[in-house]
Amino acid sequence: MHLDLDAFFAAVEQRDKPSLRGRPVVVGGTTGRGVVATASYEARVFGVRSAMRTVEARARCPHAAFLSGRFDAYRESSRVVMARLREVSPLVEPLSLDEAFVDLAAGTTAVDVATVRALAEEVRADITRLTGGLVASVGIASSKLMAKIASEIDKPDGLHVVEPGTEVDVLAPMSVTAIPGVGPATTERLRRLGLRTVGDLQQADVTELTSVLGTAHGTSLHALARGVDHRAVVSEREAKSVSVEDTFETDLTDPAVLAGIVDRMAARVGDRLTRAGLSGRTVTLKIRHHDFQTHTRSSTLAGPTDDRRVLARTARRMLAEIDVSGGLRLVGVGVSGLADWVQDDLFAELDDAEEAAAAALADEPAVVEEDHGPRRWSPGADVLHADHGPGWVWGSGLGRVTVRFETRDTGPGPVRTFSVDDPDLQPRPVLSPAETEP
Amino acid sequence: MKFRIERDTLADAVAWTARSLPTRPSVPVLAGLLVEADADGLTLSGFDYETSARATLQAEIADEGRALVSGRLLADICKSLPSKPVDVTLDGTKVSVVCGGARFSLQTMPVEEYPQLPGMPGASGTVSSGVFATSVSQAVAAAGRDDMLPLLTGVRLEIDGSTISLMATDRFRASLRDVEWYPEAGDASAHALVPARVLSETAKSFSSSSDVTIAIGTPEHGDGIIGFEGQVAGGTRRTTTRLLEGEFPRVRQLFQAESQTTAYVQTQELIDSVRRVSLVAERNTPVRLSFSSGVLLLEAGSGDEAQASETIDATVEGDDISIGFNPQYLLEGLTVMGEPVVHLAFTQHTRPAALAGVGEIGADPDLAFRYLIMPVRLQG
Repeated sequence: MHLDLDAFFAAVEQRDKPSLRGRPVVVGGTTGRGVVATASYEARVFGVRSAMRTVEARARCPHAAFLSGRFDAYRESSRVVMARLREVSPLVEPLSLDEAFVDLAAGTTAVDVATVRALAEEVRADITRLTGGLVASVGIASSKLMAKIASEIDKPDGLHVVEPGTEVDVLAPMSVTAIPGVGPATTERLRRLGLRTVGDLQQADVTELTSVLGTAHGTSLHALARGVDHRAVVSEREAKSVSVEDTFETDLTDPAVLAGIVDRMAARVGDRLTRAGLSGRTVTLKIRHHDFQTHTRSSTLAGPTDDRRVLARTARRMLAEIDVSGGLRLVGVGVSGLADWVQDDLFAELDDAEEAAAAALADEPAVVEEDHGPRRWSPGADVLHADHGPGWVWGSGLGRVTVRFETRDTGPGPVRTFSVDDPDLQPRPVLSPAETEP
Repeated sequence: MKFRIERDTLADAVAWTARSLPTRPSVPVLAGLLVEADADGLTLSGFDYETSARATLQAEIADEGRALVSGRLLADICKSLPSKPVDVTLDGTKVSVVCGGARFSLQTMPVEEYPQLPGMPGASGTVSSGVFATSVSQAVAAAGRDDMLPLLTGVRLEIDGSTISLMATDRFRASLRDVEWYPEAGDASAHALVPARVLSETAKSFSSSSDVTIAIGTPEHGDGIIGFEGQVAGGTRRTTTRLLEGEFPRVRQLFQAESQTTAYVQTQELIDSVRRVSLVAERNTPVRLSFSSGVLLLEAGSGDEAQASETIDATVEGDDISIGFNPQYLLEGLTVMGEPVVHLAFTQHTRPAALAGVGEIGADPDLAFRYLIMPVRLQG
């Protein structure tokens, strides 16, 4: 079974912001060169799509609500959904916050078509109830490939079961892009061979495919086109990396503040490695710019380490090469290439002694509280006002911030405008710790 | 410009000078080799703004003058000439090279665009070229190769009276080599950080000379550069290079005398054994060395994959110890040891191990060259 939450980020926003229900909502980078993360179905009518530039989305759908996203809220809803799926079967493989495979054969129910259809309808209803209104589409089939394709067929708010034996016929009329891993480049190469539909692929000779796509890709595509996919649902993947990341309340631009954050993240990663009896050789720095563009940079060390100083030094060096002037909304530090041994540093002890001496000399504490400058209220963010209660940022500018006071349990609420530094207005706290372990 | 010279003398000097020319020059003239003929003889120069090479040699000068020609091409030509006198003549914008019946005509580059070579700093002292070449090859074994950390790609030279110390580290191992030399002043004291690759090539290239003069620049003369000069059969050769800047890690502090366990092992036997067992150590996963009475057990690999083990004779004093190393670090130190027996000293399995060469089992370690390796710590 493959389950996919429909227009997930936008749906969470519409749930928590009653005045936006039934209206076009676009979640993504709201400033400058931002891109769309998710558009609600109301916005999709106007041609707004994921990964489209926000500027273009605004041109196509100027009356939509453009929100900058609340990842903590998305994570919380995702947690509820994944917990419900784990009641169905112990074998649940989340692909992202809004998508997962479930191996029904590993569950307790029978796997005939009627039973799984009833089970899926029950799960979909439960998810809507437990999350306060989110809608999921489900595909059920004999393989991961077919289940994922099936969940697209009756989307949104749909359920599609591909009966065993009908896979080839279901796939044949589809465009080759329906197969996961077939992007623009592969599509173009296939087009030159005259292959446009999966049916064309099914007819094609495997050597013809491998000659243009390479052996691995060509062979796997040949199999997938026939619905042949033996990949198992894997719930607990062996840890391949250890990482920590944080989304900031306001975008950060100060290199010194960011370097301090990277240092502390490196220390957390180092501590977790040490506790797990692991070490890693490749350090990765992940950053998300103010406009949602996300990049990672990696650096491979001479030998694996769990030393927080080495991790911090390496991550800082990569940070120094990044232009942060536009503001970063997320930073993460991770380590991969895991091993169970550490190549220690000859100078670690000398460095320790020096650091201790330096710390003893300095009277002030080593960690200075960062001042993020004037508060910035990003559109869609949750706030709490001393008199008016909970609400969300409708927009801000010219020293003022406009808030709509409503929650998922109220009806559409009233709008009020305040000064951006109004002491009665505070961000509403995050729901869960922003720490991930992929 | 017009001169005549013996083929071997010319070919040696051109090859030596062209060796340091950049393969991808930032400006075209840097691919050139400057040929100058004057009353003192012939001078050949190459320069890439970091490292300069200059050879002076005797030749029969008919006309003085100078020309800039492609260094690689001239070197290739000289190498293949027959063993006869060579006549070199500048004629307009071309240089002709005539040897026996062979005749080459080379395009010249504009001499006036060629940069001025840095001068040689005042001499600091001299050292035997053979000793210098061996010492440098030992010291550079521990130098870093990561260009992201340029400081660690250098070898630090410390002059203290009649001793030069060469040291290098990539933070995982460290080398320290002391060399006796003849300083210009008995109380000489100076230090310099020389790019390891340049130092290594330079030391090798002076092997046909008997002595090498070392000249470290001072703020007054040749600041930030180091020069090396030697006499060879054909004349004088001189190299300068720009020093690296920065505070080098305090390598000397790492070398401590105490040890809980010492062992003597035949150097070549240990090298062969580490090479064999590390065949199963993928991506330099550790080789474990376990020393107990009379025996050294080497093991590599993990239970999930291939494994290897071997025992060799060892003379062990003190506590038994089991310690893991990156096999590459171990081999790079052992192969420059130069003595038939290696002396290993350990305190704990998490502390650095010191290697030094000895002439025979039981002898005191020769502290002229010491190599320190940080062991691998096995987790969990």
